[in-house]
Amino acid sequence: MKPIISVKNLNHYYGKGNLKKQVLFDINLDIYPGEIVIMTGHSGSGKTTLLSLIGALRSVQDGNLVNCGRELQDTNENGLVDVRRQIGYIFQAHNLLPFLTARQNVQMSIELLDDVLTSEAEERSARMLHKVGLGDHLDYFPQSLSGGQKQRVAIARALVSNPKLILADEPTASLDSATGRKIVNLLQNLTKEQNSAFLLVTHDNRILDIADRIINMDDGRLAKDNQLKTIT
Amino acid sequence: MQKIPTAWLQLKYQKLRLIVALSGVVFAVIIVFMQMGIRDALFDSAVRLHQGLRGDCFIISPSSTSSIAMQAFSQRRLSQASAFDEVEFVSPIYQEFGQWRNPEDRSYWRNLNMLGIDLRQNILNLSGVDENIELLKPSDTVLFDSSAREEFGPIVENFLNNGEVNTEIRNGDSTRKIKVVGLFKLGTSFGFDGNLVMSHLNFLRIVDNREKGFIDIGLIKLKEGVNPDLFRQKLQNYLPKDVKVFTKAEFIDFEKSYWQSSTAIGFIFDLGVFLGIVVGIVVVYQILYTNVADHLPEYATLKAIGYRNNYLLKLVIQQAFLIAVLGYIPGLLISIIQYEVVKKATLLPVFMTFDRAGFVLIATIVMCAIAGATAVKKLQDADPADIF
Repeated sequence: MKPIISVKNLNHYYGKGNLKKQVLFDINLDIYPGEIVIMTGHSGSGKTTLLSLIGALRSVQDGNLVNCGRELQDTNENGLVDVRRQIGYIFQAHNLLPFLTARQNVQMSIELLDDVLTSEAEERSARMLHKVGLGDHLDYFPQSLSGGQKQRVAIARALVSNPKLILADEPTASLDSATGRKIVNLLQNLTKEQNSAFLLVTHDNRILDIADRIINMDDGRLAKDNQLKTIT
Repeated sequence: MQKIPTAWLQLKYQKLRLIVALSGVVFAVIIVFMQMGIRDALFDSAVRLHQGLRGDCFIISPSSTSSIAMQAFSQRRLSQASAFDEVEFVSPIYQEFGQWRNPEDRSYWRNLNMLGIDLRQNILNLSGVDENIELLKPSDTVLFDSSAREEFGPIVENFLNNGEVNTEIRNGDSTRKIKVVGLFKLGTSFGFDGNLVMSHLNFLRIVDNREKGFIDIGLIKLKEGVNPDLFRQKLQNYLPKDVKVFTKAEFIDFEKSYWQSSTAIGFIFDLGVFLGIVVGIVVVYQILYTNVADHLPEYATLKAIGYRNNYLLKLVIQQAFLIAVLGYIPGLLISIIQYEVVKKATLLPVFMTFDRAGFVLIATIVMCAIAGATAVKKLQDADPADIF
């Protein structure tokens, strides 16, 4: 099987001249379709930098990075945007647009596809919100939703266009543990259902059990590559 | 596919901010409309007399700078003009300020404009003059401008009640009793608060210190089919340089350009228009800029999920356009009301024209576009790499 993400000899630096500082060292990583990978590591270890590089939110400086069959190292801004459209993002803060209802927020993802009718976009958004358990909150604005509900809307937005790859950065950080657990289980079920690859960055040890594989980032190097299923 | 109207939804979401933005535009629109309206009214009112003259060419003294500063010249020049075959008739016009005594408040004297005309030709195309011209034959009779300012007294009311009004006019050292025998309509201008029409004989009775044979405007009526531009050239070349010859259009431009360029008035109004637009740009820029700055994380999120920079540019420009149009409409309506108020207060012919409404609409859109184009620079700060 071909990996959906293939990272080879990736280095990354911040700053310029004397202030230039290397944050990623010789990263090698493959992620396969349908796989759930959790990346751990203390803060400042470079997890988020790697995530934003894989997500085509940052330009590759040195090394090879293939995402959905596309070489990101020689892709311009327009090409990066094309790659982003194949990816579902879930952020630490929900980052919903406050002036749009739950359904409209989800619909913003579908509107990136050219050939979808308005009625179909509305219906798909509503169906996705049903799946995340917000079927009766379609027309609520984010400010009148709880933290967990907002994160569910964000999940619906990330998954509604059936992306091959889902990237999440600390999606449970601002939630209490019970709500966080529910969100993680939801993500696990939905990504398995859509057969998407799922790369999740977290500090939260309570949710490691959903992973097929756990990788650990330490000072800009990928330290370990545990096959969780074989360990447990 | 019908896209979600994000530009409008975002504007609408923060109602207070939208109202502030719109008030800025409304304010700017009203300033510009008032400045332009009053400026145009000034020019229109200044030439209403000129427009009402039934002549094709006019002779004035080269020392005359405008209708409020006419220098007399020798009537002989007008007689010379009448010798040309192209001329149907010539007619002298006398013009001077006189002090009018308010008949109710007899200690109050105020300047008005006196016009003396030759009654044999109907040269004034102003409502009320032709039908009353016979009444001006007896001595010391005048027609009073029914649109004059009320400081002259309740002349119209008294005239309609009594059929005549008696008062006095002072010019130089002499004061003369006169009788209002009719009303006509000319209207006030920046130069004149009121007007009188009388025969040139009665005019010279009031203005008794004038040198004989000196007039202020020489009106020339040409025969049918004569080109006024060519005749003006011919006459100017024929007459000595102590007079200037104008066509009617040039005479009107002469008066307008005095107010436009020889007084501060034109400049002041242009400056007012400019300042109004600057205020509008600054307010709309402020609103759009803070709107972008406050929503940077949301814009970065949109970029992260696959929206291009162009989408965000369009969003901000659409918002600028919406603010322009939504601010313009109430601005236009309030200005139309304001025009009525100004017209009542000043008796100047202030009114909305289609051209001006169109010009200000375009100026408003350009104003908001400039503000929007400046504010979109802030969009570059929306970096999708920052939000993970």
